[in-house]
Amino acid sequence: MSKLLMTRRRFLASTGCSVAAAPLMTPMAFAQAPWDTRLIVLILRGAMDGLDVVRPVGDPHLAAARPTLAAGDGLPLDGFFTLHPALAPLHPLWAKGELGFAHATSTPYRDKRSHFDGQDLLEAGTGFDVKTGALRDGWLNRMLQAVPGIEADTAYAIGREDLLMLAGGAPVANWSPGTRLELSPQARRLIELVYEEHPIYQAAVLEALDLTEQIAASEAAATESDEDEDMAAMMEASSGNAAHLQMAEFAAQRLRGDTRIAAFSLSGWDTHGNQASGLPKALKQLAETIELLRVGLGPLWGKTGILAMTEFGRTVRENGSRGTDHGTGGLMLMAGGALRGGKVYGRWPGLEEAALYDRRDLMPTEDVRAYAARAMEGLFGLSGTVLSESVFPGLDMSQAPRLVL
Amino acid sequence: MSFIPEIAAIRFGYGLSPRHPAPASPEAMVEALQADDSMARAFPIGSMAETYADFQYLSDLKKAELDGDKTAKRKYRNWRGQNRRDHARMLRHTIARALDAPDALRERLTRFWADHFTVRGKGVSQRMVQRFVEDAIRPNITAPFSEMLKAAVTHPMMLIYLDQDKSIGPGSPVAERNAKKGRRRGLNENLAREVLELHTLGVGGAYSQADVRQLAELMAGMTLNLREGVRFEPKRGEPGAEEVLGQSYGGREPKLEDIHAALDAIALHPDTAAHLARKLAVHFVSDTPPPALVEALRLRYTETGGNLGAVTEALLSHPEAWGPLAKIKQPFDFVTSALRALGVTGSQLAALDRKATLRIIIRPMGLMGQEWERPNGPDGWPEDGEHWLTPQGLAVRINWAMSAGRVDGLDLPDPRDLVETALGSQAGERLLFAAKAAESRAEGVGIVLASPAFQRR
Repeated sequence: MSKLLMTRRRFLASTGCSVAAAPLMTPMAFAQAPWDTRLIVLILRGAMDGLDVVRPVGDPHLAAARPTLAAGDGLPLDGFFTLHPALAPLHPLWAKGELGFAHATSTPYRDKRSHFDGQDLLEAGTGFDVKTGALRDGWLNRMLQAVPGIEADTAYAIGREDLLMLAGGAPVANWSPGTRLELSPQARRLIELVYEEHPIYQAAVLEALDLTEQIAASEAAATESDEDEDMAAMMEASSGNAAHLQMAEFAAQRLRGDTRIAAFSLSGWDTHGNQASGLPKALKQLAETIELLRVGLGPLWGKTGILAMTEFGRTVRENGSRGTDHGTGGLMLMAGGALRGGKVYGRWPGLEEAALYDRRDLMPTEDVRAYAARAMEGLFGLSGTVLSESVFPGLDMSQAPRLVL
Repeated sequence: MSFIPEIAAIRFGYGLSPRHPAPASPEAMVEALQADDSMARAFPIGSMAETYADFQYLSDLKKAELDGDKTAKRKYRNWRGQNRRDHARMLRHTIARALDAPDALRERLTRFWADHFTVRGKGVSQRMVQRFVEDAIRPNITAPFSEMLKAAVTHPMMLIYLDQDKSIGPGSPVAERNAKKGRRRGLNENLAREVLELHTLGVGGAYSQADVRQLAELMAGMTLNLREGVRFEPKRGEPGAEEVLGQSYGGREPKLEDIHAALDAIALHPDTAAHLARKLAVHFVSDTPPPALVEALRLRYTETGGNLGAVTEALLSHPEAWGPLAKIKQPFDFVTSALRALGVTGSQLAALDRKATLRIIIRPMGLMGQEWERPNGPDGWPEDGEHWLTPQGLAVRINWAMSAGRVDGLDLPDPRDLVETALGSQAGERLLFAAKAAESRAEGVGIVLASPAFQRR
């Protein structure tokens, strides 16, 4: 075994599913979540070009709108759509019904096509009637607020950034893989003392102290599971220590414990120029992330749903620099053994100019929030009322299909 | 409320220091902005001329390699190594300026406006980021905003970052010629959109998609040559006049002056005044700034034609600017102010090598959530405290504080002195007690720097 692999494995063991077996656990780790199913939400920042990822080759207008991008062979899906070759590693999941898509979908965001506003709205899960600056909590958090018995580690926002989607009144954990905090007992007491006067700071620092203690405890216990070994092998085979792999790995390990929901984001989708070289890089990361989650979750994969959402789609027509500009209708990807994959959902609006939004973008025919609502309805047994009133206020989800087996 | 020296140093600079007295008055701070920029001379960043020379060198190297020069690969590796070392040096010099500046308002304003005009580099353009700041931002922090806007928006780094170099007027001769050859290169809206959404009117401003499109057509033709810099190619420009925010520009042969004229007008738009006034108040004073302060800044901006020196003076002289410290330091501010409080000198910091820079500054800052020069997008780093006040962010700050002694050549101060020099009356009784009660000098220093009081500005 290489030295590098040893280091990786040590790290894997340190955050492994052995958390529950570790003797020094804080009570938090024994909490019972209200359900056994798992939900992972990935935000694809930068606006993924859905028309290139799941290509409507059956539409007669595609080739003219995208002379260079539509060239080249995709992988077969349902005859009308093909899959971008860079997602080949996920293609076997399609046949198993563990990979699916919703096309021509979007949030209610329209017209200004700003990444930042689009992402804020996607994560807030509201309509456009709410002023963007006023979006203080996110839809995943409001979902948690509607469920009794949520513990701090039921949901994890993973990565260095705060995810608006999980921000709000319900407790959530927030962690960036690899963070350590080692303090002498005296230093810890004094830190707690000086933080006592500042409640907002105190909550964050206590959570940090708890989390690092848990991780240190499981590191001391350091047993390894089969999933850990498989994941270690995968991480060795792919691009090493990249952030997306670390986040996927951490998510899988937490989800094998008491955590039920994990969310993080992947960037690199803003393909204004030379998309044929830029998009495959982002898709490779997405494929690696989903594969690592699948392997890492092992038998839990059958209870898992992954939703990958982006702020909006991109222009139907290729631009002058062999890329695409900010658009409207886009694509959601779904994966996991709990979902009804093997299908491209959504009513296809067509690509002829008159059918486009603003004569330039794919016309959205279903709200992306409706798919997310259906997934949560199926995974967590939430009622339509909670979903369309509290989680996504004002959402009409009546036309969206059932997504969970 | 009125001027308080300690608050002035912490809110409008990089904090208190055993090496510098706190600022004496708002007038003295404003006056210092007009004085000679000695910090820039002491810790140079370099100029775009060096960047152009780099591009020339690399392109010559490529030719040599194609001609069979066996040493080309090795030379390229050497160049890459030098590029990385220079990049780390630019960060050290940026921080060194903030350590040695008697009052660091110039440094803070430079960082603020650099973030307002966020750019990102990669590979060859990595060293352009701070040169962009040096060219377009730093000399203009007290100039009319239109000067900074024009300098930033027409800078090679910005053109590369927001794809302007790829934009061609759809009705231009170049587009026509390309079409005949079967190549499709056309308009790219990216820069025009960010100018309106981020740099000037703001996302809530009174502009439409049509304004974005028209501004993009007006700016088509502005491109760059990597050995000379920005230039305007009329043949790439869009023929005919463009109407942006109700005013018509161009119409004859497309030229750079039309773009300047539009930017001059956009800089004076009332929504630009309101957007910038609020952004300044949010950055320096509070995530939810007092409306009277924002209004005073907006008014001064409007009265003075967007004079940033006058607006800065209005900020410092407003009573609402002197309330209790309400912001959390971003990781760059935290690390820099901690080094300043510890008495690290600019030359000490500048003398670190790349490895030490990575270990002491770049990696910890990244783990705190602020990777140097890598904000998520052109909107720069988030302002709201919640964004920075995360468990892992604080964990890394605490860890960093506890091992501050690893800065080479630094003698750790007595924590009882540090709490005085770093925070003065802002410390609070518990922290004064904790600084005394720590088991070791390093832990005492760590607790002072990790304390909530030191996270605020």
